[in-house]
Amino acid sequence: MADEKRTVSEPAKPALWRRPAVRSVFFQILLVAGIVYFGNTIFQNTLNNLEQRGISTGFGFLDQEAGFGILMTLLPFDETHTYGRTFLVGLLNTLLVAGLGIFFATLIGFVMGVARLSRNWIISRLATIYIEIFRNIPLLLQILFWYFAVLRPLPGPRQSLILNDTFYLSNRGLYMPSPVYEQGFWLVMVALGIATVASILIARWAHKRQEATGQQFHTVITVIGLVIGLPLLAFLVMGMPLSWDFPVLQRFNMAGGMVIIPELAALLVALSIYTGAFIAEAVRSGILAVSHGQTEAAHALGLRPGSTLRLVVIPQALRVIIPQLTSQYLNLTKNSSLATAIGYPDLVAVFAGTTLNQTGQAVEVIAMTMAVYLAISLSISMFMNWYNKRIQLVER
Amino acid sequence: MSETDNTSSQSQASGDVTIQMRGVHKWYGQFHVLKDINLEVTRGERIVICGPSGSGKSTMIRCINRLEEHQKGQIIVDGTELTDDVKHIDQVRKEVGMVFQHFNLFPHLTVLENCCLAPIWVRKMPRKEAEAAAMLYLEKVKIPEQAKKYPGQLSGGQQQRVAIARSLCMNPNVMLFDEPTSALDPEMIKEVLDTMIELAESGMTMLCVTHEMGFAKTVADRVIFMDGGEIIEENEPHEFFNNPQSDRTQLFLSQILQH
Amino acid sequence: MSVHTPHPDLPPPLSSVGFIGWCRSNLFSTPMHTALSLFAMYLIYLTVPPIISWVFLDATWVGDTREACASSTGACWVFVKVRINQFMYGFFPETEYWRINLAFGLLIVLGIPLFLKRFQHKGKLAAFILIFYPIITFQLFSGGNFGLTHVETSKWGGLSLTLILAGVGIVASLPLGIVLALGRRSKMPIVKSVCVVFIEFWRGVPLITVLFMSSVMLPLFLPEGTNFDKLLRAMIGIALFQSAYMAEVVRGGLAAIPKGQYEAAEALGLSFWKSMGLIILPQALKLVIPGIVNTFIALFKDTTLVLIIGLFDLLAIIQQAFADPDWLGYSIEGYVFAASIFWIFCFSMSRYSMSLEKKLHTGHVR
Repeated sequence: MADEKRTVSEPAKPALWRRPAVRSVFFQILLVAGIVYFGNTIFQNTLNNLEQRGISTGFGFLDQEAGFGILMTLLPFDETHTYGRTFLVGLLNTLLVAGLGIFFATLIGFVMGVARLSRNWIISRLATIYIEIFRNIPLLLQILFWYFAVLRPLPGPRQSLILNDTFYLSNRGLYMPSPVYEQGFWLVMVALGIATVASILIARWAHKRQEATGQQFHTVITVIGLVIGLPLLAFLVMGMPLSWDFPVLQRFNMAGGMVIIPELAALLVALSIYTGAFIAEAVRSGILAVSHGQTEAAHALGLRPGSTLRLVVIPQALRVIIPQLTSQYLNLTKNSSLATAIGYPDLVAVFAGTTLNQTGQAVEVIAMTMAVYLAISLSISMFMNWYNKRIQLVER
Repeated sequence: MSETDNTSSQSQASGDVTIQMRGVHKWYGQFHVLKDINLEVTRGERIVICGPSGSGKSTMIRCINRLEEHQKGQIIVDGTELTDDVKHIDQVRKEVGMVFQHFNLFPHLTVLENCCLAPIWVRKMPRKEAEAAAMLYLEKVKIPEQAKKYPGQLSGGQQQRVAIARSLCMNPNVMLFDEPTSALDPEMIKEVLDTMIELAESGMTMLCVTHEMGFAKTVADRVIFMDGGEIIEENEPHEFFNNPQSDRTQLFLSQILQH
Repeated sequence: MSVHTPHPDLPPPLSSVGFIGWCRSNLFSTPMHTALSLFAMYLIYLTVPPIISWVFLDATWVGDTREACASSTGACWVFVKVRINQFMYGFFPETEYWRINLAFGLLIVLGIPLFLKRFQHKGKLAAFILIFYPIITFQLFSGGNFGLTHVETSKWGGLSLTLILAGVGIVASLPLGIVLALGRRSKMPIVKSVCVVFIEFWRGVPLITVLFMSSVMLPLFLPEGTNFDKLLRAMIGIALFQSAYMAEVVRGGLAAIPKGQYEAAEALGLSFWKSMGLIILPQALKLVIPGIVNTFIALFKDTTLVLIIGLFDLLAIIQQAFADPDWLGYSIEGYVFAASIFWIFCFSMSRYSMSLEKKLHTGHVR
């Protein structure tokens, strides 16, 4: 927009409505008025409609008894708990599936992204086929496929597929032993804590020594040794204070152990595979963005392929990968709401589904649900802005 | 610098050979890029390689530090033969520095960090020492004041001088230059050439792919002309420019010296 | 002076070319690669032959009933064959299928010139397709006048509904997206913040909550007694959601236009709207066609979500076919069929956008 400066020797002042500044203020006032009017109309209509239908307003319903059960909860929950708690349970389930999904999708994505650039023709072809197949099929279809076509038709618990008498796979889910911590296990945890702290200290020391004397130290091997070895030692010293609660087949169902319900499994598999394909593309484009000349220069300086990757390629590739990666994480979190299609009790299914149906308080429920996703995505985009500013390559 | 000329010709006589290429062939797929290359470089010798584009000159010097693999023949650098053996490749790359047409500085590291990277991780030098050495070389190429800046903040000529300093920090015996001035604006070419001339005067063994014939005339002990993947003619600069032996050389010289 | 005779080109050593050389450098270059290659080949050997025999060799293609598939171990494509009309046209009356065919036929006929190099009036044609074609299509689908019988939107379904939803989403979101993108780049603080909030809001929430919102909250927003179509509500939700993504795509295009173009337009004395409409937007929109195609792909896949609010798009109609007691247990066939349709559409569109991108990159030197 033009904001011409006419300070020179008093030219004829244009009429008020032809000055850009005035126009812009006027236009903005108009916009605000429009929005306020629009918002108010909606507000009044909503109030009227709610009154007509006899639906109460406000957040009072959060303290009422929910009266329904939830398939899988991370918090203790039964029919007597409140609607407020259904929100919390749903939110935790969403975070669980998103967290696990992000972990597996990242794993798949990095492996496939690197594989796609492999010199090995067959490996790179396989990675390409994976990427092109899975990112071009709707996620919902993939979720339904894993759930209705793969996991649900599995035999019942009595005909479970059994591996080694420890893992039981049936249409009720994947049952596996759950750990039982006995007395003395605390020492193992303490040992793990000590090992972690020690690792950090060793890494710092190694870095300092390397700076000072040039001697290098196999930090990675030492740290792995520490983190595994020390707790293992404590574990043995305390007389192996850990036992497993094995799942047992009973007349109709399984008892004991832990279970991954098929809803979670289907959602997790589909989300990880689908998002993994996109992450693989991000990884590939990041690595390709580092020009071949960079690798050549590093090689010419005598750096080994491993060091070249660590010191030259990865730091540069990450600048391209991380922004795309976070947006994929965000997508995965939002996409986890498709859980509702197969009945995994995530935030949308439990809260925007059952709770909304029972209370009818659509406005509050949808607003709360949306607020959660908005909060997640805003915090991630704030992180992104910060990160982008930090890593921007300094140029003239 | 006629004295260095003398010493180098003496060392040639004494057979102090740094780089030896014997019957080297290379193919890109079906395309025969290097054909029976035979070349011996003695310590302290300055060689300029010229020829039309696509003649294989870059490929040849890139074989010397194994950025390219050769498929037939022998390349021996400082007594180490280049084979698939990673140890040998590491050994050679430690001793051979290289400067690229497009600088290839690492944009995410400062000038100083660019220079210290290889000494720290390859030569296992303490950071302090590496930095001190790096500053020394940055002074040599006359940009110590830019040490804390990022490559993106420097001009092309400055970047190329940093690239030279970065290679020197590894204390190489041989320096390879792959068209170091081709990507530069005319006014920056001189500052890079001056740096290279200074380096030549200090007795460094240099192999230089370049179109700067002035540089060849003043600095080179030997000029090599390549075309179609083979060495067609090699001679000391005066003879090379004034009395070319082959018709191909003559044609090439008439083309580049016209303007 | 000697005349130089060039060294003859020699054939490369056998081990580095031809089939053997290719295998050596692409499959067996190091022990690790050899192991990987062998493992991958074993994997392919394990998976591909069974899949091929399930899909093609052992599959049943002929017949009209479940019994036809009873004896085979492969896929039962009879299931898909029997219901193909429903998958394509939903519950549209069979006698009126021609209307849907005509609508999509018309689109193809209108669309072809856009891909012809020599056709001069691409812009005008595109505008026609964007503005008038939707009206014609709506007439054809809905009917009610011109002697066409009225067809309720609840009868629309299958692939045609999927295409309608995606098409409406993209056509409706384009103008809104352009306005939002311009607003976000505006120097007026209030306009800018309104646009930013709008865009970030829709981009921050999952589509499914938007669909829930449009199906349960939209009726509450309107004056009492107004009742409108479920499909239309979904379309409004999709269009609003999509417009935020479209705005970001268009914004990318606007940012890619060199500053000189803006200055030149201003120097010619064009007003803001004229310089946008005549100079900047035509260039920016051309630049973002690949981006628009990419958002279209995303939208096309996302339309499947209407299943959750009870509309019968391609996926939903296949899903409900599994419940047919005559055809229990053929869900894999159904999903594979749906997946291949979606895949063909999405993959070809993504290839198209990639080729466009390549063309733009070479054609637009800055």
